[in-house]
Amino acid sequence: MRALETVLTEKGYVDPAALDAIVDAYQTKIGPRNGAAVVAKAWTDPIFKRALLDDATKAVATLGHVARTGDHLVAVENTAKRHNVIVCTLCSCYPWEVLGLPPVWYKSAPYRSRVVKDPRGVLADFGLTLPKDTEVRVWDSTAETRFIVLPMRPEGTDGWSEQQLAELVTRDSMVGTGLARRPSEIQR
Amino acid sequence: MNGVHDLGGMDGFGPVEPEPDEPAFHAAWEGRVMAINRAMGAAGAWNIDMARDARERLPADFAFRASYYERWERAMEDQVVAGGLVAPDEIAAGHARSRGRSLPKPPLSADKLDPVMTRGTFARPAPAPARFKAGDRVRTRNINPETHTRLPRYARNHVGVIERVQGCHVFPDSSALGKGDDPQWLYTVVFEATELWGEDADPRLKISIEAFEPYLEAA
Repeated sequence: MRALETVLTEKGYVDPAALDAIVDAYQTKIGPRNGAAVVAKAWTDPIFKRALLDDATKAVATLGHVARTGDHLVAVENTAKRHNVIVCTLCSCYPWEVLGLPPVWYKSAPYRSRVVKDPRGVLADFGLTLPKDTEVRVWDSTAETRFIVLPMRPEGTDGWSEQQLAELVTRDSMVGTGLARRPSEIQR
Repeated sequence: MNGVHDLGGMDGFGPVEPEPDEPAFHAAWEGRVMAINRAMGAAGAWNIDMARDARERLPADFAFRASYYERWERAMEDQVVAGGLVAPDEIAAGHARSRGRSLPKPPLSADKLDPVMTRGTFARPAPAPARFKAGDRVRTRNINPETHTRLPRYARNHVGVIERVQGCHVFPDSSALGKGDDPQWLYTVVFEATELWGEDADPRLKISIEAFEPYLEAA
């Protein structure tokens, strides 16, 4: 155990069992499957999609199977004309409740420095090339608002259930550094 | 403050390197550091703005070399010492010499995690009507405070458009200093890339920040 935890525990400020529970929650319960369920619902239910884009916190709260979400969640929609990307240039703000802890690259200097200036170059690092005439919109999370990208629904998924669709929704597609997977990219 | 945390627009950091199947933590101690920060926040030792401020005030050479959770750990050591919660020699020894002071709230217990795992609201009653509305042109102020601010350097002294009014929120510039919530209206302000990066920038690129009203003036 590192010195800080030992000292704070002995001083009575933290309870190691509570720390165990927090770590466990991020390892087993809170992750991008929550966000994927939200996206799949929006792809299949136009009324939910409208509610999500109006007030994502309220809309997600109506989904019993998704973890509770705090205030100020904002969903932004990708279209053929516009691709959204999320960043926090000042620290590591990220929609933890729907995507889990941010990956190292999201917190790293290469991503945070460059994505506001050369997002197409950053997307190329992820193997993603957008059409030249697609507008790129970068959202810098400089306050307590949190953003999640609603990716485009892949073609060839007519009639799919929410559960099937959720398998196509990657973490990166909800950050904007990827697209939802095509049906051919998953084993069914 | 104009610290090394404020990275937007800098060059030279190399490519982004995504890691396939990345774990939540790369070592057990990282999870403990993350959890300690949550637990100390829940007990009222500090708020999120104070925690960010402490990380930003780390020595620049350390901040550049250290990993993410190393920065968190060192900043928390600074916070507990500066707040008089722990003596410096206790950190050095790795053990407490005496029981701690009482914090504003009881220590977080494992069966009461909800307030920690769900973000609280940062919205506050508005002391005055919003000065701007969607569609208004604004210029960000050229401010360079030595204390905490959430207006990134790359977006200072530039003209943008109010896209959304996000409500009236806790003002980090005040909250980080322990000076209270000082609620301020918060806006999504969108800039053309050419406004921020010059005429050679991508004409199909827009960047937005979340800007508090004191950061803005009418343009």
